Amino acid sequence: MTYLAKPALHHPTLPANRLGYTRRDYEGKISTLCAGCGHDSISAAIIQACWELEIEPHRVAKLSGIGCSSKTPDYFLGNSHGFNSVHGRMPSVLTGANLANRDLIYLGVSGDGDSASIGLGQFAHMVRRGVNMTYIVENNGVYGLTKGQFSATADKGSKSKRGAVNRDAAIDLVSLAIQLGITYVARSFSGDKDQLVPLIKGALHHRGTAMLDILSPCVAFNNHAGSTRSYDYVREHNDAVNRLDFMPRRDAISASYEPGEVIEITQHDGSLLRLRKLHDGYDPGDRLAALSHIYTHHDRGEIVTGLLYIDPQGDDLHDHLNTVPTPLNRLTEPDLCPGAAALAALNAELS
Amino acid sequence: MDTRTVTPGSAGAGARGPARISAVNDFVVKFANVNGSGSASANELFARSILRMGVPVSPRNIFPSNIQGLPTWYEVRVTEAGHLGRRGGVDLMVAMNPQTWDRDLKEMEPGGYLMYDSTRPMAASKFRDDINVIGVPLTRIAATKFVDPKERQLLKNIMYVGVLSAMLGIDPEVIATLLGEQYKGKDKLIKPNLDAFMTGLHYGREHLEDVVGLQIRSSDKVGNRIFVEGNAATALGCVYGGATVCAWYPITPSTSVAEAFQRYCSRYRVDRSTGRNKFAIVQAEDELASIGMVIGAGWNGARAFTATSGPGVSLMTEFIGLAYFAEIPAVIIDVQRGGPSTGMPTRTQQSDLIACAYASHGDTKHVLLFPEDPHECFEFAAKALDLAERLQTPIFLMTDLDIGMNHRLCAPFEWDDARVYDRGKVMTAEELESGRDFGRYLDVDGDGIPFRTLPGAHATRGAYFTRGSTRDAYARYSEAGSDYVYNMERLLQKFDTAKAIVPQPLTRSPSRKANGAVLYYGSTAPAMDEALGLLELQGVHLDSMRIRAFPFSAAVEDFIAGHERVFVVEQNRDAQMRTLLVNELGVDPARLVPILHYDGTPITARFIVKAIADRAKPSNVRSLKSGKAA
Repeated sequence: MTYLAKPALHHPTLPANRLGYTRRDYEGKISTLCAGCGHDSISAAIIQACWELEIEPHRVAKLSGIGCSSKTPDYFLGNSHGFNSVHGRMPSVLTGANLANRDLIYLGVSGDGDSASIGLGQFAHMVRRGVNMTYIVENNGVYGLTKGQFSATADKGSKSKRGAVNRDAAIDLVSLAIQLGITYVARSFSGDKDQLVPLIKGALHHRGTAMLDILSPCVAFNNHAGSTRSYDYVREHNDAVNRLDFMPRRDAISASYEPGEVIEITQHDGSLLRLRKLHDGYDPGDRLAALSHIYTHHDRGEIVTGLLYIDPQGDDLHDHLNTVPTPLNRLTEPDLCPGAAALAALNAELS
Repeated sequence: MDTRTVTPGSAGAGARGPARISAVNDFVVKFANVNGSGSASANELFARSILRMGVPVSPRNIFPSNIQGLPTWYEVRVTEAGHLGRRGGVDLMVAMNPQTWDRDLKEMEPGGYLMYDSTRPMAASKFRDDINVIGVPLTRIAATKFVDPKERQLLKNIMYVGVLSAMLGIDPEVIATLLGEQYKGKDKLIKPNLDAFMTGLHYGREHLEDVVGLQIRSSDKVGNRIFVEGNAATALGCVYGGATVCAWYPITPSTSVAEAFQRYCSRYRVDRSTGRNKFAIVQAEDELASIGMVIGAGWNGARAFTATSGPGVSLMTEFIGLAYFAEIPAVIIDVQRGGPSTGMPTRTQQSDLIACAYASHGDTKHVLLFPEDPHECFEFAAKALDLAERLQTPIFLMTDLDIGMNHRLCAPFEWDDARVYDRGKVMTAEELESGRDFGRYLDVDGDGIPFRTLPGAHATRGAYFTRGSTRDAYARYSEAGSDYVYNMERLLQKFDTAKAIVPQPLTRSPSRKANGAVLYYGSTAPAMDEALGLLELQGVHLDSMRIRAFPFSAAVEDFIAGHERVFVVEQNRDAQMRTLLVNELGVDPARLVPILHYDGTPITARFIVKAIADRAKPSNVRSLKSGKAA
């Protein structure tokens, strides 16, 4: 049960980051998901990314919708406020939270049912607005909690555990997000932590909406032959376009590469994304080329992963709204209330 | 004060002419126009000019769900006595829309006056023989005066205001002043408008002197009252109440709340030195998202609201249940219109009470506030923001189209600079640091209201996981029945706490010993005020109570207990307030007599008087019927 506390015993030699926190300080409650669930690997990757980035856990707000994936925020960052909202509608709740306090780091966790079915509308409009957040989709192609129905991201022609064939076209959240103007989008695999952790770090340092579509096999209902979301299928068909190394600041660069092998991108906050190219000519700054590459490879049954599109300057809803730098939730009466004299003047205008 | 008489028709040359209504500062003028023809500003000018002469007016827009072409009306009740409800009946009809000719005529009082554009004279068969017809060739005059066709159309409206001014005795100086104010900064527009007005005025003075028995006479009955729409007042209340986040989706009749909030924020909430906004307004993709944003902002410590109408509330109910159960402040402004479904989107009703009081699945109860006019819209909007944070729950401000979208004369807005926002029970970083026990859903004070913390408050203490599923007093997930029951009982306790801090009901006693009682709320107030006086003249003396909030305070219970029978006047079909009273107070339904008006028009004193007089048995008046039978 999730209210069971983890053992308080800590390994005495657990390394601490510069804030003095160990990985343990970024953990949450014990997961109640199935053993081997891809989602738990993603939680572990989030914990590692936040620990390595030296984020103060309480500066993160983690929000989710409903479903297996949406339960996971209880299993990491136990010192962060969390909000398990309603099915498919985390984007609006997170948008409101972000409007109230622009100083926190927002992490939204969703699933393919939550984002691509019931929540497709809210997903789309959140991306359009450029809400400053990291949005993780734990994508397993299936409804887990209700035991095995296809989700809207399941590939056409793929088979359910009971042998039913999916006849509906799949929604690809990555290409959809690119069309909607997202400024950071990646696809990854829960079974490839080395790829995943830097992508999360880059997203947490991105200004605007950063979306990660993470294929995360469901061991209970979608890990069989005929599924295109099983561990075996994803491993065999994973076609990474690049490999990301994330550096919080430019001056932290150490390794050197041959020219042409890497693309270096500096984000708005000065953080550096160093992309080692795995596909000749793949340019993550070119929206149309990215879409073309994703579609071409999808048609061949391949799953394109890596940092697929980025606009390093990003975009932020607060800029569009021209809000003050102080979080709105910290404004008090003198800032907010025009007062009795202004009201008297207004009364005079209205009489 | 007997300012209104009907003189019988005078013997003319041969045939007897129709009767004539004579009235000073007490009559109803109605404009029948075509939507999109630019009549709105001319009609409003007419209403304002009377107000400037010190005579109270109560205007109402009766408009279609349409941009151009369908019929639209503007009704102005001129009322020295200050009766701001709709009266019913029309004394002077300005019939500018041939489409609605027949029904416009039907609405007129015998002895009333019909003014129409007689450029193409109407066949005599189209008139009623008990009304006085005044033909003014407006189109012909406009054609000789103005060249541009669009200008002709727009200025024709101002022209008829000129004619009316001549006939009714409106001071032309007042009109000139108002035009100057209206077009301040667009001075080019003043002259053509003033020309059109003067053309109408001269025509009226030349041809129509003493044709109409209705008259405006300068008075001093307006006092310091203000003239404002309820939706603007609500928005201003949200500004004064400290709302920083507004998320909304356009829907009639609530759209102008968000628009006015934008306008007032641009005026009062822009940082002078940086030009940056101390507010955030998001037009969401739908009502699901707008309430989601409000809840997210409320969870994170900002004061947030949405404005919507019935269909929006229907969409929001899932989220409202979450905010109730997870205990998150939110303010929902419901400007009610005719339901169900799309219903009558441009007509008024009080038909969302049940939908809001018990919104969402499972056992839920919500706080509702019922303002009577723009003054209370302002006051209650600010109050709602306090209540939402105090009670950590959604608060509904239940206005309606009649209050929201019509200019209403009301007491000026008031604000005390010493007022401090009630931010409710928020445990601070210092309190957490000092080791104070924090249980997010723990009732520490016995009022059912727990403490909350805001995200980011403290590095290691006070974080909790908000969820719509069952949890224990420390916000830990739980499937234990006892934890569930603890929370549900505490929520009831909190609802009970609300009774004493919501706006309390107001009672009035009649001039003589009461022989009955009446309950009412919201926009019924002005019609009820007038009806109470009229009923007294008929020997019906009612104790009255205006309910201003749900849950009901003890005063409501006592009021009902103190009377054998209580009329409950409402603007819906199913007697929704009565249902709430029966359901929440356990009142014998037979003791609550519903008086229901729900055709989409604002309730009138005439309707209330008739409905109550038909049912009441006045102590000192014998029924005519029983008299005859005896």
